[in-house]
Amino acid sequence: MDLFFFLLFAFIAVACAVSVVLQRHPISCALSLVGTMAALAVLYLLLGAEFIAMVQVIVYAGAIMVLFVFVIMLLNAGAEDRRGSSWVARIAGLPALAVLLGILGYLMLTFYPMIGPKASLVHFGDFTGGGAKEIGTALFTEYLLPFEVTSILILIAILGAIVLARKEID
Amino acid sequence: MEFLIITSIKLALILFVFMTTLAYLQWVERKVIAHVQVRMGPSRVGPHGLLQPLADVIKLITKEGVLPPHVNTFYYLAAPFLAVFFALISVSFIPFGTGITIPVFHVGGATYGPYKTMFELADTNMGVLLVLAISSMGVYGIALAGWSSNNKYALMGGLRSSAQMISYELPMSLAIAAPLLSIGSLNLRQISDAQAGYSLGFIPHWSVFAFPAPQFFSFIIFMIAAFAETNRIPFDLPEAENELVAGFHVEYSSMTFASFFMAEYANMVTVCSMATLLFLGGWQPLWPVAYGSNLVAPLILAGAGALCVYHGLNPARPFDRITLPVFGVIFFGLAALMAFPPTVPILMPMFWFLAKVGFLLFVFIWIRATLPRFRYDQLMGFAWKFLFPVALANLLITGFLVALVS
Repeated sequence: MDLFFFLLFAFIAVACAVSVVLQRHPISCALSLVGTMAALAVLYLLLGAEFIAMVQVIVYAGAIMVLFVFVIMLLNAGAEDRRGSSWVARIAGLPALAVLLGILGYLMLTFYPMIGPKASLVHFGDFTGGGAKEIGTALFTEYLLPFEVTSILILIAILGAIVLARKEID
Repeated sequence: MEFLIITSIKLALILFVFMTTLAYLQWVERKVIAHVQVRMGPSRVGPHGLLQPLADVIKLITKEGVLPPHVNTFYYLAAPFLAVFFALISVSFIPFGTGITIPVFHVGGATYGPYKTMFELADTNMGVLLVLAISSMGVYGIALAGWSSNNKYALMGGLRSSAQMISYELPMSLAIAAPLLSIGSLNLRQISDAQAGYSLGFIPHWSVFAFPAPQFFSFIIFMIAAFAETNRIPFDLPEAENELVAGFHVEYSSMTFASFFMAEYANMVTVCSMATLLFLGGWQPLWPVAYGSNLVAPLILAGAGALCVYHGLNPARPFDRITLPVFGVIFFGLAALMAFPPTVPILMPMFWFLAKVGFLLFVFIWIRATLPRFRYDQLMGFAWKFLFPVALANLLITGFLVALVS
């Protein structure tokens, strides 16, 4: 059952990701990205990371992508016209993709036995530390410094956005 | 297998009841607004216009669905589906009562049961976040409808709605976070259970009155944001009739048009249920059972039955002689059911939950009949410059108080 759902939603995620690249209209691309985000959320859910799954949907699919769609609608961007791709891409594209996939597969096969005994891997439904309480405890004890540094980084980004967006006062 | 059967039965029941509620919410809204404005409201189809929703549904189904030639067909057809899908799916997480235990029973020699089941379809540990996540996805339906219609009014409506929903989601989430600090759970059922009990013997432990930090302000913030999230007056800028003709659904007709209304009403019910669960104690009664809170439901229903019978005996219109006594008997039957000891533990939580949700829905309609619409810049300024800081301050103070007490 878990495997079936994993394959289904992994396929949806990959299909949507391919569609992001292949679609011509910006709105279609953005919505395909939403599909990818939602499928990823389901994969998190299958692993037992409930909180991350929900935050994935709320933050990425619900807020950031809505903002994307909003901007695309506001600019009223039309479908892009497909110009001829560069000759480098045309010649080297597919071989490069094949090489990349080959390297990826080789690395996975090489490093998979090195991770450790099979029992130590996370299996579907086994992982139980994904609730809000566990994540909160981990964030505010073990990972407090990275958490605080990240929040200061975001604060700086917000200040930067305000400075950039502020009207010049002459 | 048992789980599948029970869930299918629950699904069918909830779907039927919920759809009927949505249709009749429209009737209630028209009636209430009519009476606020000293009119009669729908009164032709059936007694007191009670069959009006049925007539409306038949009209909307049988109308021709026009597909304008200038729209982006795929998104134009997908948008109402998305709106309804996300509006209806969040209902499955709302627990509207404690639960029911079907005792052991025998059918043809085989023994079945006992089955214990909760009233909601899905009892998850992430109920609050799930409802938030799904309601945040609901904006796509409206935004896409506005954009794919290829119409300037529709586009304006879609833009306004997405901007408004992103902005009001923040104060809404912060307002939700405040009561959760003292409750300490994201499971909607546990949240409601945590609000049981009374301080000083009569003040309920609802989040609104909770001891270390009463969540009165976050309740108000939540309700204001809820009005904006459901695109209701005074925040119905996306469909402002006198500015945008009809806003994002201007190009829609027949069932596609109706599905946007269905989504709006479903969102209203969800948001009111969330407010009830988070702030008004879910199914916990207003005052202790020792002071007779279990008698409220039978008394109200019996009173309604008596009123119906009285007016049936002194009819104002000829058909009242038949219809009103029928309603009276139905009300008396419900009152008897509410007072019947074996059903009390099942029906009483449901009654209190539905009464609170009904009251909040009434507030929604009441405000629609009372307040004018915001101006667009006021709307955004209000969210960012007033509501958001207040929600933040409220969360901070609540956090301090909860930390001090614990």
